[in-house]
Amino acid sequence: MNSELLIPLLAAAVVSGTPILYATLGEIITEKAGVLNLGVEGVMMMGCFCAFITAQLTGQPWLAFLAAGLAGLCTASLHGLVCLIFQGNQVVSGLALTIFGTGLANYLGTPYIGLAAPGFSPQPIPGLADLPFLGPVFFNHDPLVYLSYLLPVCLWLMFRHSRFGLGLRAVGHSPAAVLAAGLNATAYRWGGILIGGFFMGLGGAYLSLAYTHLWTNNLTAGRGWIAVALVIFAFWRPGRAVFGAYLFGGIMALQLRLQAGGTTLPSSLLLMLPYALTVAVLLFSSWQRGTQAPAALGTNIEPSS
Amino acid sequence: MHGFLLRIAKRQEPSPLWRSALVLCGAVLVALAFSILLLALRGISPLEGCRVLVMGAFGSAWALQDCLLKAIPLFLCSLGVAIAFRLQIWNIGAEGQFALGAIGATWAALTFGAQPKFILLPMMILAACSAGGLWAMIPAIFRQWLGANEIIVTLMFNYIAILLLDFLVYGIWRDSSGFPMTPAFSKNAILGTIGTSGIHWGLVHCALLGLLCWLFFRSTRLGYEIKASGDNVQAARYAGMPYNFLVVLVMLLSGALAGWAGFLEVSASVHRLQPSIMVGYGFTAIVVAWLARLNPAGIALTSFLLAGLRAGVENLQLDLQIPAAFGAILEGLMLMTVLAGGFFLSYRIVVRRQT
Repeated sequence: MNSELLIPLLAAAVVSGTPILYATLGEIITEKAGVLNLGVEGVMMMGCFCAFITAQLTGQPWLAFLAAGLAGLCTASLHGLVCLIFQGNQVVSGLALTIFGTGLANYLGTPYIGLAAPGFSPQPIPGLADLPFLGPVFFNHDPLVYLSYLLPVCLWLMFRHSRFGLGLRAVGHSPAAVLAAGLNATAYRWGGILIGGFFMGLGGAYLSLAYTHLWTNNLTAGRGWIAVALVIFAFWRPGRAVFGAYLFGGIMALQLRLQAGGTTLPSSLLLMLPYALTVAVLLFSSWQRGTQAPAALGTNIEPSS
Repeated sequence: MHGFLLRIAKRQEPSPLWRSALVLCGAVLVALAFSILLLALRGISPLEGCRVLVMGAFGSAWALQDCLLKAIPLFLCSLGVAIAFRLQIWNIGAEGQFALGAIGATWAALTFGAQPKFILLPMMILAACSAGGLWAMIPAIFRQWLGANEIIVTLMFNYIAILLLDFLVYGIWRDSSGFPMTPAFSKNAILGTIGTSGIHWGLVHCALLGLLCWLFFRSTRLGYEIKASGDNVQAARYAGMPYNFLVVLVMLLSGALAGWAGFLEVSASVHRLQPSIMVGYGFTAIVVAWLARLNPAGIALTSFLLAGLRAGVENLQLDLQIPAAFGAILEGLMLMTVLAGGFFLSYRIVVRRQT
């Protein structure tokens, strides 16, 4: 493939991969704390809608971005309520959250279908954008993409070197040990759920503020579920998540390009690509057997009496 | 200084039926109250909203019939989902298995349309169940031998199945009219109604299959092994139960039941294959199965109630222009509140005076 075709495709891969990256990082934080949140899709949808409506009303993209994070945090807090306080099953609660969040966003968004909102547009980074190859692929995007470059590094530092990050990992591994050390295990889990939800909401925001710039039903189209699969692919490591997210971004960009290029392949088959790739990626990571999941993932902390 | 201290204690004995019923009702009421509040935000009085919802669901003979027709696919999908959940296999793929069932049945109807009814209908059922069952078996095989998470695989298989359905009706099976649907089925491929009622024979299928499932879990060795393995995988393996085989079998059955529902939808309700048959029964089935605590009789009742909810939401849409997504909000909330309510069945709150 020559570089005139490759560079725009890779640049598009970064853009389409960014919402998935935010969501995957969010799910990594949550799962590191031992909580499985299958509601990513619903949380993203709520973030996506709140970003859209805030941008519509105020015209402030950054405010909208923040609002989406808070919306994600609030939506995810329902998962905390059900699983951490009421000891509900994490799998079922996550599914319920997906059904609820998607439903609520679609419900509230119905009057706005097809409307546009002000959002972010590409702002090349002076100097870096002129680099051959790397410039157009990585440094000719909107600010939210640049922000997403910093996040994996921050998360890595947090998991490795901060008290909070270490506590989070410990509670994902063995809540009993954390309790024995005199720390509040449930509080760490709340931290994982809320911060994770914040990031998932940001992922949703990217879709309405920078990707489509307008509102339709079911805007996330399964990206939340892809994020859940990518966490396994990434072996719960932020760095590998970047790679996985761009892989999916690439396949989505390729699919759009083929559709626009007037291919003879039916669009329904092209649309299958990301979902089929998710299964493939999952099989690949199970075969690879890297880092195992946090030992206490999906189990609740029994209230002590 | 005297104060009160709240303490949480695990219940020693299982909760009696009245407490389960009480908690279930309370949970559903909380979910309903919150949803009605959403209606109020749109300027609709809660009473009016409730009236339209209930009338649409159970308010007339026609509504009840519609409700029953919706309950049929819901019941079968949910029965399938429940069998898998029994074994702690999270089959989220009923929607896709339903689609594959509809595709399988359509294939048989289009290929053998000239056969007499008593041959064609069993062939369609067989094709539907095999298609749905095999589609569900793939994630089971991936799970047992490759270690892939079945939740994500079954979910992705939903998207793929629905797109496959689109591919077929937009492509090789498209009707000469040009609309994205297959030609109407021949008369022999259509499952009729019971007498002069508007209810098709699928209702009887449901009753028989429900009974069969109940008997299977109650009186067969395999059924017992599935229940035992669901309770404790390690112990079951230690006792020599063929766990891998059980998982694959259970997913096959689970998918076959959803496939059967897909057959009923094309053969008895729509009489052709078209994308609009995918209305999310497979997802509601998960809610039904969990609300009914995986019990067949409970599933029958809950299917009927949630079918009523769907009919009621359609009525809200028609009468008060409420978006269809309102139904999803209600279902999601109900699942969450019931899940949270389970806390009061396993734990009790003890109030102690502090001295």
